[in-house]
Amino acid sequence: MTAELVRGQNHTLPQTRLEIRVSAGTPVVAGATLGDEDGTVHGTEWVAHPGSPQLPGLEVSGQAAAEHRLAVDLDALPASVHRVTVLLALPTGVGGPVRFGAVASPFVAVTGLEGSEIATFTLTGLDTESAVTALELYRRQGAWKVRAVGQGYAGGLAAMLADQGLTQAAELAHSIQDAVARAMARSVAPPPPRTPDSDRVGHGTGPVPPSDGRRHPVAPPTATQPPEPLAEPITPPSAATTGGPINYAHPRRQASAPPPPPPAAPPAEPGHAARPVAGDATGWSMEERLYNQIWGMFEDLARTTAAYRSAVDFAESRMDQELDRSLSDPRNRIGGAGDRAREQARAKRDELTARAREVLDRDLAQLAAESAVVEPALPAAYAGWDNPVWHAYRVPMETPMALRIGDLHLPESPDLRIPLLVRLPLERGIWVDSGRTASEAAALMDTAQLRRLAMENAVAHAARLLAVYPADEFSVHVIDPAGSAAGALAPLVESGALAGPPAAGAGGVASVLAQLTRRVDLVQMAIRAGAADSLPPDLDTGEQLLIVNDFPHGFDDRAVTQLRYLADEGPSVGVHLLMVADREDAGAYGPVLDPLWRSLLRITPVADDHLADPWVGHAWTYEPLGMPPGSRVLEQVLARVAAARHPRRP
Amino acid sequence: MTVNMTKGQAISLQKSDGGTLTAVRMGLGWQAAPRRGLFGSRTREIDLDASAVLFADKQPVDVVFFRHLVSDDGSVKHTGDNLVGGAGSGGDDEAILVDLQRVPVHIDQIVFTVNSFTGQTFQEVQNAFCRIVDETNGQELARYTLDGGGQYTAQIMAKVHRSGNGWQMTALGNPANGRTFQDLMPAILPHL
Repeated sequence: MTAELVRGQNHTLPQTRLEIRVSAGTPVVAGATLGDEDGTVHGTEWVAHPGSPQLPGLEVSGQAAAEHRLAVDLDALPASVHRVTVLLALPTGVGGPVRFGAVASPFVAVTGLEGSEIATFTLTGLDTESAVTALELYRRQGAWKVRAVGQGYAGGLAAMLADQGLTQAAELAHSIQDAVARAMARSVAPPPPRTPDSDRVGHGTGPVPPSDGRRHPVAPPTATQPPEPLAEPITPPSAATTGGPINYAHPRRQASAPPPPPPAAPPAEPGHAARPVAGDATGWSMEERLYNQIWGMFEDLARTTAAYRSAVDFAESRMDQELDRSLSDPRNRIGGAGDRAREQARAKRDELTARAREVLDRDLAQLAAESAVVEPALPAAYAGWDNPVWHAYRVPMETPMALRIGDLHLPESPDLRIPLLVRLPLERGIWVDSGRTASEAAALMDTAQLRRLAMENAVAHAARLLAVYPADEFSVHVIDPAGSAAGALAPLVESGALAGPPAAGAGGVASVLAQLTRRVDLVQMAIRAGAADSLPPDLDTGEQLLIVNDFPHGFDDRAVTQLRYLADEGPSVGVHLLMVADREDAGAYGPVLDPLWRSLLRITPVADDHLADPWVGHAWTYEPLGMPPGSRVLEQVLARVAAARHPRRP
Repeated sequence: MTVNMTKGQAISLQKSDGGTLTAVRMGLGWQAAPRRGLFGSRTREIDLDASAVLFADKQPVDVVFFRHLVSDDGSVKHTGDNLVGGAGSGGDDEAILVDLQRVPVHIDQIVFTVNSFTGQTFQEVQNAFCRIVDETNGQELARYTLDGGGQYTAQIMAKVHRSGNGWQMTALGNPANGRTFQDLMPAILPHL
């Protein structure tokens, strides 16, 4: 519920970690001052400005830009600070406009870290002013509030700062404008956007073990392909496929303003690790920073566990050797010497294992603390169903970078869950394995239960995909030849979020496959020929997801061939598969279908340790995202998705 | 201040201000072979490789080299393979970074080696050196000159090993022959 403030109006802030977004039609300087109870600014060190962009709990950007994001952590401010004043000023001496009356009205928004707007304010009615105080955040009886101010100063920054009681106002105003002019001279062009795989997530190919095969001695036999495709940069489908006006913007290039600085981690107390902060990673947006941070946590957990396991293995093997030696020494057969030697060997093992555990526990505590701040800050696409962000769900305007499809954990730290994020658009289909796996959880269920659970999971994944794409840019088709999944599909069917009713029978299978095959063919041809505008008008160019239940029931050879074609060619033109299948059911096809299964990301409806990380190759336990018991969040989200749809063009 | 180390010399990796080292870098640099004749691309390129072997009580546990750039625990990182060498002006062409604070508890020695992958002996390589640098401040702790090193294709450079609560470095400077670290294993073991 965004509050649109008018001048002088105030609004209570529900949280203390905030972003303040500024957009103006022209590059402006954004800064903030810290004041005491009376609003007095006591010195230049109480002012965050481009020349000195960081204060505890406050960060502004280092140069003038049309778009700003100021990071504010009200809890991290010194206790003596009672007022944070957000100010805007026009840069002087760079040939730009010199009064706010000549530019579009600046707009400021106070948002949560995940981007939800709390309050907005448009600064109208400015004329000759070249500096303006936009907002005030202030303490009132222990709580923070925001007030829309909009007070302009024709005398510019110097007059404004002097008005706040700053004695060195003129010098500071001058040095701010200097810093801005210097930054403008430097910023010829922004650096090319880095794909996320150029930093921490960039170990896509995974380590190659030395040829002597000494390493990875415990590679689990069930380990499938490491999930390295998750880390690859996305190649968005060509803008030409939309058939609309040509968009000259580079699909991955963001606005020319520099990325907002990552939230500043508060300085570490001596002897302690720094307090973790959500978004403490590189990236051009909060979303990308959180994505990289999660991958960084994933890698850190993989590596610290590798160190621990290696130490424990070594301790065990050394003890075994020492025990062997003591047994083979004839002198040890009489008297207590042998017992003593064995005792010593065990003590050495225990001592080393304990030290390794201590290091692991220290690292796990650090990662758990990081996870505790990151999870609540996640946007819906990265968040579990139990995150409140799903209750405030609104149909997004942009496709997110990635989608969380489950959690990963290791046996050493079952409580530390790493979100499993897959890049969007999907690069490979998903296979929810409804078959019996080796896992304990699967052993507790009968086949029918597993199948139902698999289909419910598939529906939840489809719902997440529908929810994180903008309206009308994602459609879901279902093939349920025998109608056996009607119960699980009910939320999708009843909400009206499906493109059409689930296809039943061999005829239904054939018609859905034919429709999607035609779409893949046409879009591929159009891209190759560079003729996106000649696509037939009835063709839906949004992303398509096909849920297939009960495979290969209802499939003839032709349909199987079409399905394989969709698996191979679909992802590059936005047609994706979500198979709910037990590989045994299709056993009659023999190895012909192996490439199909391999091309899909296999996940399970129950916890199962079959996914390998790309760095060390541990077997990670995958768990699907649980729905809180009794929650109606799935239905609510799907209802919003369906309501945001536009009626199909004829 | 750089120590030009001699064979077998041990130096303690303690900083001059008394604190122990937390991160070191082993840097390797050499001069690319001069371009010759009309077809410059047929110059016989020189590829030296830096490797680090992590030992726990004389058992090799992990290796960081051009095909395994990061140790499984993440404490030792190779910055990437250089196949041709540099300008010979003293910059590192390959480097291995060691975060001594994150080295697993059972690892007690890390041995650094240099190999000539393309087979030239150190006599044929110009301006080749390797050095150990305190990564936190860029100060060079030790330097070896490799060229003119005789008919050898490999050198076991140095080892860092635990000593008390900190780490110590011992220069080894032992010549050997081999294409990758695997060939050097028999030559490394006596130094542990």
